[in-house]
Amino acid sequence: MVIENKLFEAKNISFDYDGDEIFSNISFSIDKGDVLCILGPNGTGKTTLIKCLNGLHDISSGEILINGENITKLSFRQISKHVGYIPQAHVPSFPFKVFDVVLMGRAPYLNLTDSPKEDDKRIALESLKILGIEDLKDKEYTNLSGGERQLVFLARVLCQKPDILILDEPTSHLDFGNQIKLLEIIDNLSKSGLSIIMSSHFPDHAFLSSTKVAIMKDGGFIDFGTPDDVVTEENLRKAYSIDVRLMDLGGKRKVCVPLKTNLKLDL
Amino acid sequence: MDKDTREIISIVLLIFLPIIIFFASFLIGRYPISPIDVINTILSPIFPQLEVSPTVTTIVFEIRLPRIIGAIVVGACLAISGAAFQSIFKNPLVSSDLLGVSNGAGFGAALGILLSGANIITQIFAFIFGLISVSATYLISKSYKAGGILVLVLSGVAISAFFNSLISAIKFIADPDDKLPEIVYWLMGSLASINMDKLLMIAIPVIIGLIILLVLRWHMNLLAMGDEEAQSLGLNPSRIRLLIIAGCTLLTSAAVSISGIVGWIGLIIPHMSRMIVGPDNRVLLPASLSLGASFLLLIDNISRAVIAIEIPIGILTAIIGVPIFLYLLKRGYSEWS
Repeated sequence: MVIENKLFEAKNISFDYDGDEIFSNISFSIDKGDVLCILGPNGTGKTTLIKCLNGLHDISSGEILINGENITKLSFRQISKHVGYIPQAHVPSFPFKVFDVVLMGRAPYLNLTDSPKEDDKRIALESLKILGIEDLKDKEYTNLSGGERQLVFLARVLCQKPDILILDEPTSHLDFGNQIKLLEIIDNLSKSGLSIIMSSHFPDHAFLSSTKVAIMKDGGFIDFGTPDDVVTEENLRKAYSIDVRLMDLGGKRKVCVPLKTNLKLDL
Repeated sequence: MDKDTREIISIVLLIFLPIIIFFASFLIGRYPISPIDVINTILSPIFPQLEVSPTVTTIVFEIRLPRIIGAIVVGACLAISGAAFQSIFKNPLVSSDLLGVSNGAGFGAALGILLSGANIITQIFAFIFGLISVSATYLISKSYKAGGILVLVLSGVAISAFFNSLISAIKFIADPDDKLPEIVYWLMGSLASINMDKLLMIAIPVIIGLIILLVLRWHMNLLAMGDEEAQSLGLNPSRIRLLIIAGCTLLTSAAVSISGIVGWIGLIIPHMSRMIVGPDNRVLLPASLSLGASFLLLIDNISRAVIAIEIPIGILTAIIGVPIFLYLLKRGYSEWS
């Protein structure tokens, strides 16, 4: 019998920081084209989990397998050929040109003594074109809006030619309109065969592009499955400790509306 | 600035300016030599039919040339290591001075002068203590959890102050008739004592340091984006940073060992270069190299030409460097905060 390797698999992973347990016993797997959305309240360890998934933090127990290979046996360079990562917050650096930032995505394929060649420049330009931002190419990335900058980083990870994108709250610095645009881009990328793991604050986002959803609370997944099964009024109440109404917009779109808690301050 | 003007300015400042300053520097000094004589003398080894006087040949090749090369090498080394430090620490305010390398190397050299006085000892001590001080700065800042740039800079300030007091201690015990003036004069920074032997002695560390920095210069761009991003792009940030720090320390210590402490170059030249060519280290490093060389050569010419006695060059770089730095600070503040 041939055992098919999962594209990405986490088996019973836990992480603690100086003895404080951040999360424990999390298991899940994703296949090609899956979009996994991790929901959960602030401070529940989503960012730490995301950083463990791409090897930025070492887990304290369990196993993370990429194409069947244990992440601890892979070098940073090998991981970066499979996994592209966009952090939640970027501290702006020197005013690099957008094109030079995108070009950095070719680093996994270049030796330390090399700098990018014509081929790498072509791939960087293609990535900009895919996302429709080639006109930003000569601008300084530090002068862009939040939405534009997020697209620049997306173009950079596309240059890495990864199988999996790991995005930490990719919509958190975006305005109302740019959020939906970004989710549609994610949807498109997953249909082209990329797998995506992202965290989000908005349960609605799970219905827009995800194939799988996990709800994280107090350092563990309280549920994992398809959006319809997992994003329920009951689960959301458990996660966020408020009442939530789910409404069907038709066309497989659902929205989640948090209800007022009738909070009264004694002023 | 639009793209074309920027390109013209870059070519003029980074290619023509160094060449002009290089040739002009031979004209400056107590013995007057005409420009024609300078050109003839420089070309005479290649074209033996040119007639040149032996006095002029001696002055050009044995007195002025080593000093000109010295200024070029010291300026270039300090500027390029400043540019590299700023990139890898993601901070436009660091330089070899601020991270303690200069004072550490300064102490090493002072100790070398005190204990032996041989050039080679001075140089080796300068290098070892340069390395010790930058490692101390780095390790101290790493030991704080919420590390970051501010802690790094503050550790650098502390380490610099520490080595500064050790330098004072050496001055205190040094023989006031013989060693003390040598140490004091040397610490003020001077290119006056540079000769071909000293240049040859630092050639190897300088070449190794330059190769490390120039070869890794594209990857420095990635480090400037922060460690997590660099790692997610496949780099081992700590390992590369260590390699680059070693390269910068080689260059700085080599420079300090022949010129004493020449401040401000490593801070202001990378800024000026960044304004001309932008932050991409593929062009920024060569640009800093060229601009640093011209700048120090120009300042050394001023130090030789303005008044009859020679002004120590470290004093001049500070007098000229501080206003330039304050101007750059005002212009670039919005980008740094």
